[in-house]
Amino acid sequence: MALLQISEPGLSTAPHEHRLAVGIDLGTTNSLVATVRNGMSVVLNDEHGRPLLPSVVRYLKDGGTVVGYDAQARQSEDPHNTIVSAKRFMGRGLKDMADLATLPYHFVDAPGMVQLKTVVGTKSPVEVSSEVLKVLKQRAELALGGELTGAVITVPAYFDDAQRQATKDAARLAGLNVLRLLNEPTAAAIAYGLDNAAEGIFAVYDLGGGTFDISILKLTKGVFEVLATNGDSALGGDDFDRRVYCWMLEQSGLSVLSDHDKALLMGKAREAKETLTEHPQVSITAMLSTGELIDLMLTGNIFNELTASLVNKTLTPTRKALRDAGLQASDVKGVVMVGGSTRVPRIQAAVGEFFGQTPLTNLDPDKVVALGAAIQANVLAGNKREDDWLLLDVVPLSLGLETMGGLVEKLIPRNSTIPIARAQDFTTYKDGQTAMSIHVLQGERELVSDCRSLARFELRGIPAMVAGAARIRVTFQVDADGLLSVSAQETGTGVESHIEVKPSYGLTDDEVARMLRESIDHALDDVDARQLAELRVDAQRLVDATLAALAEDGQLLLSTVEREAVVTLVGQLNTVLAGNDQQAIKRATEALNQGTTEFAARRMDVSVKRALAGHKIEEIGI
Amino acid sequence: MAEPGHGLVRGATMMPDFSQDHFTLLSLRPVFALDMAALDQAYRELQTEFHPDRFANAGEAEQRLAVQWSTRINEAYQTLKSPFARANYLLELQGIHAMDASNTAMPALFLMQQMEWRESLMAAVAASDYDGLQVLEKSTRTEADRLLGELEVELDARQDYPAASETLRKYRFLEKFLADINNAYEDIE
Repeated sequence: MALLQISEPGLSTAPHEHRLAVGIDLGTTNSLVATVRNGMSVVLNDEHGRPLLPSVVRYLKDGGTVVGYDAQARQSEDPHNTIVSAKRFMGRGLKDMADLATLPYHFVDAPGMVQLKTVVGTKSPVEVSSEVLKVLKQRAELALGGELTGAVITVPAYFDDAQRQATKDAARLAGLNVLRLLNEPTAAAIAYGLDNAAEGIFAVYDLGGGTFDISILKLTKGVFEVLATNGDSALGGDDFDRRVYCWMLEQSGLSVLSDHDKALLMGKAREAKETLTEHPQVSITAMLSTGELIDLMLTGNIFNELTASLVNKTLTPTRKALRDAGLQASDVKGVVMVGGSTRVPRIQAAVGEFFGQTPLTNLDPDKVVALGAAIQANVLAGNKREDDWLLLDVVPLSLGLETMGGLVEKLIPRNSTIPIARAQDFTTYKDGQTAMSIHVLQGERELVSDCRSLARFELRGIPAMVAGAARIRVTFQVDADGLLSVSAQETGTGVESHIEVKPSYGLTDDEVARMLRESIDHALDDVDARQLAELRVDAQRLVDATLAALAEDGQLLLSTVEREAVVTLVGQLNTVLAGNDQQAIKRATEALNQGTTEFAARRMDVSVKRALAGHKIEEIGI
Repeated sequence: MAEPGHGLVRGATMMPDFSQDHFTLLSLRPVFALDMAALDQAYRELQTEFHPDRFANAGEAEQRLAVQWSTRINEAYQTLKSPFARANYLLELQGIHAMDASNTAMPALFLMQQMEWRESLMAAVAASDYDGLQVLEKSTRTEADRLLGELEVELDARQDYPAASETLRKYRFLEKFLADINNAYEDIE
């Protein structure tokens, strides 16, 4: 007899169906989407055969949105409404940004994250990024012929919690189910390591359009272990462009430019930089709106001089990462170059010099991150179990709490392997104190003012006691996406007050729903239909997972009555899945989630026992 | 059955059994002179089983449990991997809290040496003396390694926990000092 008889109507499902999953490299300058097809990771091109999507979003007066090359082409014509490099503003306040003068946007300071004023109203960088993601999602669904199960979105390894949360929110807003946020250098290491069956210590040097990451990884058979990561989340190819731009102003004796001309010359600067990767010199000509003509010659040597300090700025984090890993440059077996900016010859030379070896450039530096993300997405979606690998990543920046005197008490040190949790006990300093303010910070410095403030919250309802008698336990948990949640409770008297917070810059479900309603293209297409589709994907995932679990362990771990209860819940969910009642699907999903909680716990316990004992499940008495 | 909008119940059964000590979790003998290769292997085997990536497609309950287990495994591994944390943990298993604030008495000779080293560090930083820092780092490491050798004897062979506690406190000083040297490199770079 089969383990489980699936004969009830509505219980049928296709367990081995290939799930559509993609990896998305949401870049500062360009973005890409890739997927695994016939066992090969491939980048999905647009209808003109172009792999890259410029991360440029233009908002039109009539409410329309243009993304990509067409938006990029209008950049100098409509600079205020054409948002370039929105990734630089993700999870950032106005005071975090150093280069405002060269940016043509109308910034609005807002709590947590800066916003941009456009012709269609104020937009947050999260919304701008979600427009880029929507186009990639569409591209993928068109190419793959179906709804996506999920996506792995890459982020710079050195992104802090605010920037990660903003990225995840952008994906949610674009209607993507995020399987995992993956660090860009780690994604590159997967693509590279699997391709080359590499073993040993590898460095991934990732200089993108707006961010720099260095990761040191240990690759052993089947395990990618990040030992240390460092970087600068505000250093990239854009800065090289800006140096050239400033040189052009200086050479032409210009100082004040219109926003149109700023955008025009920034574009020329970027083109010049790209030309110099293949040619010893480049001539730059541009006609400004004032009628003034710019005609300059930039040689490779001058370019190297202009950008020397930027190249050096990448070596300091590189040294720090090596030191954190307890390694020397000579311990590194290979250096993988990632990001379009690593095409700059002077960078390749400097990195080669530092590590004493020629860096590896055999994978396309623009594509390698997306290719690696797709491979991981394929595994996480459940398409593959054999020749599996394990990814052990780290938290890039220390996490801590404000204590007396404006000092930071670190709870989780940088480069700790995730997921990780740490708890620390605090106490009251005044008699009768009934509330405590908790300030969560990220960074390496000792002073609160030098670290990034992630969240503030108050723990109330502490029983009045003499100073020092209360015991408040604050727990930090960083999940596998590198995202933090904080909880606190008073445990001294047994009277518990418990609070669970997500850092304040994260969007609530309601905010996401509101943004969806407000965005023009979703007023046109049906918000309800989208929400229904999302609920369906979630529900189907749960049904599949439950059926797989039942087939594996149902007989062993559940009594007949319990098994039937679960099967009934699956049947009920399957039945409502056939209809369009959102509430019913939501209810049935929650019921099944709850109804399988105990089963999940038992399965996990058995796995632990099995793993501990190294024995087969049959040998364990349950 | 759940009411609409009602979240998952977090009952007692949802909490995994975290009562095992780190050594038991990783199937290792509780000694200071740990076979690091065996530790690495046991850690990887467990993470291969329980890492949240293995449950990305599972139900919510299993995903949450996977995070908890994976966190627990990381904690055990990090504790046993670091010599300081491992020694401290072995003492804790004996009911000794070596790093309690009340246990701060240190031999005067040791403290004198500490002060000398601190002065050398400040001098090296003031002079941006990279080579000087390296010399200082090397002698500190030699002394730290010697203390680890002592710890091994005191914990594994003699099981002299009070002596081990004092050695561990000394070692803690050196570890902090090495971290300061590390920061000093960054300051002069």
